[in-house]
Amino acid sequence: MMKDFAMHIMDIVQNSISAGASQISVTITESEADDSLKLVIADNGKGIPAAMLEKVTDPYTTSRTTRKVGLGLPLLKQHAESTGGHLSIASEEGKGTVAEASFGLSHLDRQPLGDVAGTIVLLAAANPERRFIYRHTTPYGSYTFDTDEVNAELDGMSISEAPVIRFLREMIEENLKEIKISG
Amino acid sequence: MGQVKSLADLRKIKENQQGKMSLREKSNNPESLVQVRVAMATCGIASGAKQVMDFFIEEFDKRNIQAVVTQTGCMGYCFAEPTVEVTLPGKEPVVFGYVDAKKADDIIEKYVKNGELVEGIIPVNYETIEKK
Repeated sequence: MMKDFAMHIMDIVQNSISAGASQISVTITESEADDSLKLVIADNGKGIPAAMLEKVTDPYTTSRTTRKVGLGLPLLKQHAESTGGHLSIASEEGKGTVAEASFGLSHLDRQPLGDVAGTIVLLAAANPERRFIYRHTTPYGSYTFDTDEVNAELDGMSISEAPVIRFLREMIEENLKEIKISG
Repeated sequence: MGQVKSLADLRKIKENQQGKMSLREKSNNPESLVQVRVAMATCGIASGAKQVMDFFIEEFDKRNIQAVVTQTGCMGYCFAEPTVEVTLPGKEPVVFGYVDAKKADDIIEKYVKNGELVEGIIPVNYETIEKK
């Protein structure tokens, strides 16, 4: 099962990758004022056909051919709803898909964020041809990680090199600490 | 308190890496490299595929093995997750199941370094009836 948000992110972003997205953004917004945590994953992939869109949170719906069940979105939905939140998915064929999940920030059933920094960096390293944008906002500030900026700084060196991966993970972790993200 | 790292600090990493073959050069002829694909679908992720991927990236670097570690979707062996597909240069891909850090270490030391097979191989038939 998905033990934290990092696992959900790794999972749902794979959908964007399968949809051929060249740009994927992951946005987390924490609000103490409305006790909410929002996770939005948006891509510019091929989109979900309208008939499929109604059924994407049904476990017996999947676009894969290796097996007949798909649990990624159903698990995210279950997690969101168990904390008093919800999951909504908007998609347009040829334009992309946006999955938005909301959670009760202080709800007991809200799982921890987990290793979001490591997950984003692994995704970027495994898919160097795609652009990843991760933005995290808390009442204390906002941090944005953008692989386009990373690649500009790397100037020809690969984002998939182990020392680069290690550095980027530490850099994101330190910046997230600065804006005091939740556990 | 030290200063929070920023992208400008990447330059130091870059200088250290200079002289080493960059992955971009490597990817020009990936056939000459060890390729590891970690199955990263819901089933794999829930079973710890991320830790396995982290392990391979770190250990290939530490042990100085030229390799490319990427992700793939569900290969259909959900019962045996985490699964990884390892392709040695010039060889057919081999899929290993139930991979954890210990198994990954075995795969690197025995299969990648010496070509010895280790336990946990999932027989894969890439030539399906339809393709024949």
